[in-house]
Amino acid sequence: MTPFSYLRARSLDDALAIDPSRGDRLLGGGTNLIDLMRKGVEQPSRLIDVSGLSEGIEPSDSGGIVIAAAARNSAVAAHPLVRTRYPMLSRAILAGASAQIRNMATVGGNLMQRTRCLYFADAAGSRCNKRDPGSGCDAIGGFTRYHAILGTSPSCIATHPSDMAVALSALDARIHLAGTGGGRTVPAADFHLLPGDHPDRETLLAPGEVIVAVELPPTPAALKSTYRKVRDRASYAFALVSVGAALMVEEGRIEDVRIALGGVAPKPWRAFGAETALRGRPATADAFAAAADAALEGAAPQPGNAFKIELARRTLISVLSGLAEDLR
Amino acid sequence: MAIVVNGTRVAPPDDPRVSLLDLLRDRLHLSGTKIGCNQGACGACTVLVDGKRVLSCLTLAAQVDGRSVVTIEGLGSADDLHPLQAAFIEHDGFQCGYCTAGQICAATAMLEEIAAGMPSYVTEDLGADGIAISRDEIRERMSGNLCRCGAHNGIVDAILQVATEKVA
Ligand SMILES: Cc1cc2nc3c(=O)[nH]c(=O)nc-3n(C[C@H](O)[C@H](O)[C@H](O)COP(=O)(O)OP(=O)(O)OC[C@H]3O[C@@H](n4cnc5c(N)ncnc54)[C@H](O)[C@@H]3O)c2cc1C
Ligand code: SF4
Ligand code: FES
Ligand code: FES
Repeated sequence: MTPFSYLRARSLDDALAIDPSRGDRLLGGGTNLIDLMRKGVEQPSRLIDVSGLSEGIEPSDSGGIVIAAAARNSAVAAHPLVRTRYPMLSRAILAGASAQIRNMATVGGNLMQRTRCLYFADAAGSRCNKRDPGSGCDAIGGFTRYHAILGTSPSCIATHPSDMAVALSALDARIHLAGTGGGRTVPAADFHLLPGDHPDRETLLAPGEVIVAVELPPTPAALKSTYRKVRDRASYAFALVSVGAALMVEEGRIEDVRIALGGVAPKPWRAFGAETALRGRPATADAFAAAADAALEGAAPQPGNAFKIELARRTLISVLSGLAEDLR
Repeated sequence: MAIVVNGTRVAPPDDPRVSLLDLLRDRLHLSGTKIGCNQGACGACTVLVDGKRVLSCLTLAAQVDGRSVVTIEGLGSADDLHPLQAAFIEHDGFQCGYCTAGQICAATAMLEEIAAGMPSYVTEDLGADGIAISRDEIRERMSGNLCRCGAHNGIVDAILQVATEKVA
């Protein structure tokens, strides 16, 4: 690791002193950043530790929940309000990493974690447009089992690895940001960017901005929601495909539905098209199959990951059918 | 400030690059905690920080300044075994023993998590108050600790025994 200095932020102001142009980086639980520093992918000159800032998880005035950025993943998943009102979010977090890592990982760090593309992590040996813009992409034509089938570009086909962020996207969460010029709020579904020509630009977070909280709006549909993750081993592995879904049926018709996919795209993939295909329709197997087709429309796989199209279709149909079954 | 390691106050290292794992093994010579992957993937380096299980390889020592760290040396000794250590011996919960310190630190915290009603990915009803302990629950909750010798069945047996004794 290259040398760096360490500062423990005591207040948001300490965190806002961050100057990325001088090599400052925020540190949450360190589960992603420390690893990437050891691999030489990240070389900050100063770490500002924000893991000691607010960890609060509180009901909001509007009837939702506000989760502070330093809340640990395990605390969010176990919180009674999250478990009962947004089970999809609890399950998504519990599907990720291990108990040890969830105890360390913060909500802010989870949102900002980098891709697990092996070529991205191989600073010494592989070309990567995300790590070194313009250098090329060794994943294309390489080992692509864990790469994306939707939303890719000729520059980058990496997936976003977060399970939590898939649920936040489906649940219309809002991300509260702070900067020296003031605060702003952005929808979780817009927070992560598609690679296009700039795979090194990954989120809407501007240099010098800090994530301070995530807000979940009141969402009746979320009461009946879940998250299913398909992976190469039963636990402690990143997703091949994952599905976060919520379903609300009234008098046989779908009143509200939320669908987002993980493991298939460079960002948490909110399937708006599939949701539109379902709203107002009866909750039948045919409708779910049509929704799955809509969700995978435009998929452009690599030779090594074409299996994900059918895997995602079947997982989505199975999850929606399971939710509908429980509602009967 | 100071880091409290197994009850003893220790000065944090001057170089912030020192991980908690390196502090424990190389500077404090507490070699019970093992280094496996050094990248968060194996669980061999698991210790307790303020009672919670974490990976010492991905923790900077500077981050635990002011906190309390417990390692396997702080849980039990040869003459005074921790109940999990005794159960691991009884059930052949290890072969080479390399992963064992991490397994036992993780299991210690896992039993607390279950007692506190924290759910896992395989918990059927997230709204339920208590957790019904089962082999599936233990396997899922211990998935962050790999064992190259494949002693997992004995590990689950050992933990199940201690968990049931605790409840009884
Ligand atoms: C072996 C292993 C397996 C894993 N498996 C999974 C998995 O299956 N599913 C999954 O979803 N995740 C998985 N993870 C990833 C894990 O969830 C992330 O590493 C973790 O969520 C990152 O959070 P952190 O607080 O540790 O972030 P850090 O590593 O501390 O920081 C990550 C990034 O976030 C930035 N950051 C931190 N806080 C803020 C803030 N408040 N505002 C702005 N930027 C901030 C940092 O500057 C850094 O760039 C795994 C990790 C490991 C090591
Ligand atoms: S897929 Fe993206 S992250 Fe992976 S090597 Fe190509 S450019 Fe880099
Ligand atoms: S050495 Fe820390 S997880 Fe492997
Ligand atoms: S006993 Fe050898 S690695 Fe687990």
